[in-house]
Amino acid sequence: MAENRYLLNAQLAQMLKGGVIMDVVNVEQAQIAQEAGAVAVMALERVPADIRRHGGVARMSDPGLIKAIKEAVTIPVMAKARIGHFVEAQILQALKIDYIDESEVLTPADEDCHIDKTRFEIPFVCGARNLGEALRRIAEGAAMIRTKGEAGTGNVVEAVRHMRTMNREVRQLATMPAEEIMGFAKVNGIPYELALEVKKLGRLPVVNFAAGGIATPADAALMMQLGCDGVFVGSGIFKSSDPVRRAGAIVRATAYYDDPGKLLEVSMDLGDPMPGLDVANMPNEDRLAGRGW
Amino acid sequence: MNAVAGPGGIGVLDLQGGVQEHLDHLRRVGVSAWPVKRAAELDGLAGLVIPGGESTCLSRLLTIFGLDEAIRRACGNGLKLWGTCAGTILLARENVGETPSLGLIDIAVSRNAFGSQLDSFNREALVPAVAREPIPLTFIRAPKIVRVGEGVRVLLQLDDYVAAAEDDRILVTVFHPELTPSLAFHRYFLRKCGLNPAGADDAGLDPDWTPLSWTRFTHHV
Repeated sequence: MAENRYLLNAQLAQMLKGGVIMDVVNVEQAQIAQEAGAVAVMALERVPADIRRHGGVARMSDPGLIKAIKEAVTIPVMAKARIGHFVEAQILQALKIDYIDESEVLTPADEDCHIDKTRFEIPFVCGARNLGEALRRIAEGAAMIRTKGEAGTGNVVEAVRHMRTMNREVRQLATMPAEEIMGFAKVNGIPYELALEVKKLGRLPVVNFAAGGIATPADAALMMQLGCDGVFVGSGIFKSSDPVRRAGAIVRATAYYDDPGKLLEVSMDLGDPMPGLDVANMPNEDRLAGRGW
Repeated sequence: MNAVAGPGGIGVLDLQGGVQEHLDHLRRVGVSAWPVKRAAELDGLAGLVIPGGESTCLSRLLTIFGLDEAIRRACGNGLKLWGTCAGTILLARENVGETPSLGLIDIAVSRNAFGSQLDSFNREALVPAVAREPIPLTFIRAPKIVRVGEGVRVLLQLDDYVAAAEDDRILVTVFHPELTPSLAFHRYFLRKCGLNPAGADDAGLDPDWTPLSWTRFTHHV
């Protein structure tokens, strides 16, 4: 990928800042999401809550479905490829969607290698639980990062954990004397040059969204106040009792995340949120965030 | 970042999109610039930038808390407006196949007219009214201006579309000057607002700008 292409891809993510990216499984949901003010849709066959329930191997969605969604909306369309499955990514690039999510929500295809994203023209967003993981993905060519959270649970606790972890590690780097940086980079598996960049900027060098468990307008505003640049809502909208109202409310809450009066107004009378899952007692093999490294 | 806008300053509509990038460019040309989220924050501004982002998202958010009416009123009272990319779509009177939003300048736009992200591109062009030298332009899932009405001046025509235009109150660019090191369009807008931007050479690129300069205006925790 040429340097200017990478920059254009990072800049598309910049234009999504302050917005909500919504998971959709059909054309009708995609249109609802766009009408509600989503800045992009993630086209997939099943939302994470259903992927969890169905079990088995979760793969890239049928390109026919993604194509139909692409034709139905004018906002950017994203789709997921399995971790390390560079051929699924090649197919999604040939389909000319706008962004690929190399996602732990699907069953990983490679436990050692993520996709070499520098070989693609199309932009990638990748999940991360901490600064090191985020910077490893950026070094591989990701133009945007999101917290992993714990997808399909409707429980924001893991997204909060991942965002706070990244913030803490950024602050540590920012105040660290120069001679300690190499050791910090070594321990945390961080490419050294990117550690220096983060130290200088006081934040990630790409746009960072929150994802994994956001189910209410308050959840979205919480993640924004914790310093993320926007949010992904997966199962949280179309697994709730009134997706149209909830989608619009989460868009408003993300824009006015620092205004409790407006958050109060948009949080009222939304119907039932998606049913939540306890994460504390979830066995490790059920946790999606542990996929990838 | 959360300070109150002062009289004669420039606001950047802060609902969604490329807000920090414009704040960074505006500060570089020496003007007070602030994010604007509420109708009351329009008071006393000389100009308002409507940044790039997603136009459907922005148009929904504009109507919910009455910002659309407030912007129309302020524009009627002399507030100058500049729309970049999605901002151009919001300001256009006609939006091919979609409902117009603010509808304040007599142009027709075709949304996302180049294709997908793989069709986003950079190029250079000479815009004589704005700068003496060619300036870098960044197009990201850009719209095209496909018609301009009477009283609208074309600033830049490329291939089969208009890329920049203006009337007496409003400037529109389908590309993103705030994503390049060129400050020329920001200076041009400030002059349109009756302000005196810093820096004499209007074609010059800012040597201190980097693609990550915007991050200094983000919310650090």
